[in-house]
Amino acid sequence: MSTTTALAADPVLEVRNLCVDYGLGQDAVHGVTDATLTLHRGEVLGLAGESGSGKSTLAYALTRLLRAPGVITGGEVLFHNRPQGSEHTETVDLLAADAAKLRQIRWSQLAVVFQSAMHALNPVARVDAQLTDVLKAHRKQMTSAQRRERAVELLRMVGISEDRLRSYPHELSGGMRQRVMIAMALALEPQVVIMDEPTTALDVVTQREILEELMLLRERLGFSIIFITHDLSLLIELADSIAIMYAGRLVERAGANELFHTPRHPYSLGLLNSFPALHGERVRMEGIPGSPPSLTSLPSGCAFHPRCAFAMDRCRSETPLLVRPRGDGGGDRLAACWLQDGRQSPPAPLAISLGGATDDTPYGTAGHGTSGAGTSSAGTSGNETSGSDR
Amino acid sequence: MTPTSGRSAAPAATAEATVVHGPKRPGRPVLEARHLTKHFPVHQVGPASRRQVVHAVEDISLALPQGTVTAVVGESGSGKSTLARLLTQLITPTSGELLLDGVPVGTSGKARREYTRQVHLVLQDPFSSLNAVHSVRYHLERPLKLHRRTGRDELGSRAIELLERVSLSPAASFIDKYPHELSGGQRQRVAIARGLAVEPKVLLADEPVSMLDVSIRLGVLNLLDELREREQLAILYVTHDIASARYLADTAVVMYAGQVVESGPATQITDAPAHPYTQLLLSAAPDPQRTEPPVLRGRGSPPSLVNPPSGCRFHPRCPFAMAVCKESQPPAFTVAPDQVAACWLHEPGRAVDAAADDSAATTGADAGPDPASGATSSTTE
Repeated sequence: MSTTTALAADPVLEVRNLCVDYGLGQDAVHGVTDATLTLHRGEVLGLAGESGSGKSTLAYALTRLLRAPGVITGGEVLFHNRPQGSEHTETVDLLAADAAKLRQIRWSQLAVVFQSAMHALNPVARVDAQLTDVLKAHRKQMTSAQRRERAVELLRMVGISEDRLRSYPHELSGGMRQRVMIAMALALEPQVVIMDEPTTALDVVTQREILEELMLLRERLGFSIIFITHDLSLLIELADSIAIMYAGRLVERAGANELFHTPRHPYSLGLLNSFPALHGERVRMEGIPGSPPSLTSLPSGCAFHPRCAFAMDRCRSETPLLVRPRGDGGGDRLAACWLQDGRQSPPAPLAISLGGATDDTPYGTAGHGTSGAGTSSAGTSGNETSGSDR
Repeated sequence: MTPTSGRSAAPAATAEATVVHGPKRPGRPVLEARHLTKHFPVHQVGPASRRQVVHAVEDISLALPQGTVTAVVGESGSGKSTLARLLTQLITPTSGELLLDGVPVGTSGKARREYTRQVHLVLQDPFSSLNAVHSVRYHLERPLKLHRRTGRDELGSRAIELLERVSLSPAASFIDKYPHELSGGQRQRVAIARGLAVEPKVLLADEPVSMLDVSIRLGVLNLLDELREREQLAILYVTHDIASARYLADTAVVMYAGQVVESGPATQITDAPAHPYTQLLLSAAPDPQRTEPPVLRGRGSPPSLVNPPSGCRFHPRCPFAMAVCKESQPPAFTVAPDQVAACWLHEPGRAVDAAADDSAATTGADAGPDPASGATSSTTE
């Protein structure tokens, strides 16, 4: 599920020091600050954070879909374009690309699935019209019969029967609408699909079905995914690697497994502590005290320090950079926290190395539900859990 | 019919046996619902005989004792919110009755007002449930004036006290703020404080945390937990998130297509789910501890409630459906102490061979795990 090392060599999208402001001049609000990310070919990169953390802004900025008053103020986004079946890789600077270049790349190579399928589909156009529209624009050589055939194929790919072609969006259930959105995004066989909370409004069963299909499609078609969500517990199951955002900055980046077992940033630890476990003893969990800061009045230094149980003097004045934690072995994990700079030994919950991560080590601040469950799930959760895990 | 009839219902194993869902506690529950049913008419032209209805809630009996949290878990369209609204008397049931402290609730204006004073609702979205043009003070003082006839000199101090009860401190700094100045979690706390202003015995919380940021959800859940402990409230917690139900609730009631399919102690339900629908919900829930990709135990989506499926409403999606499931609706069978499941797999005498039949009969994706894993061990007790 989560192996990043094998993919390391072949990046498809590189974001370097990307900064996005809302508004201009003195009053500008920094929506995204210094975001650096690499998406590898075939990888599922999870982007997690609370509302207002800048995760959607980042996605819109790198596809150049950001609307005013959003302004990209710095950094670069490199897209290593290698169309299906081609050997040649062409590197495009998306932030410098002109309209013609963007038109070439968007959707056909870099597709987006927007958050609300309800609003992203045209309510007065039938599904087939919306599916063939993109083919009409990007695949000019196709005949209308071929387009229709492709539309049927796309629908079938996401598990919708052909007779739904003539339906209007309001005649489809929420899950089907989201499937149509995914089919549209995949219509031109892109290399990268950016999904902005694609399943948030759906029921868990529908969500799971869609995610299963998505993963099968990814295996078959080999695209990479940037999956944006606030649901870290889902991301850990789904993603190869995870980047966590807080107040416009990336605060940690790690493989999904490493993040789950050995978070290095107090915010990641707090987020992990915010999801009640499905197994094991019921323990009181505390989540994270306080509430997310407003981007218009960010705390000084590390933006997380007012909510952080481990904050030091330094955290109040200096902003930590996203660097490899001192003493961390291999791997490509990064954390933006002064606790990890090697000057002091980090507090126990943030210091466990992956090799020595015994499950019974209490690494929660106030009764870490998931840690206790790690050992007890096998014993107490009964047949059902092991059954469903098969 | 007593609240502890769960066990004794098993030998009877007939559809007549009424099962009251909810935490089992000695004494009289604060709020009791008997055979609540709600059918919404579908607006359409035509003769009255052909008018159709949405079967939103079907024959649910529920008891909420003081000092307990009962979670109602289900997908959208399962009728869980309709159930909460029925309990507030915001909508009138098609049939069934409500008992507050054992006394049937009247329908006169005075009786309704008295009821509202005892049973209060906290809504899902604190961004729309608070009035943007009024301050926190107004929101809290209004129920005090209307329901508690609090004197003017006392109002301010009572409002402050309410804010302290929901851990908004320093209360004095919050009292004159407007909703837009508060974060989502703070707003929801104000909404809960407003609910507490009338000194209710029952708090109905309809998805109180689903609109909140992940990191502050637990704070609100813990607040509900404290209110149960400290103020001995009977709390109904409506949610789609089975993990949070497990975290907070004493008893979980799982609803599907307007009916209760399973109920029992919350940890027992998640650790040993007996009904295939509960098993499906659990198999779909996000779980970071999974090491293998989950296997969904069932497919498809909830049925239309205008023409619900015959027999068990879950049978079209159920990987273990048998002939009997299409024909008749299963009664609630006791599968473990205090745990009941409305599923023919758990009919006494059937459980063992049904399990064998089914694993052979199941097709495709869901072959494998034994269908009644919770039950095979417990019904044979």
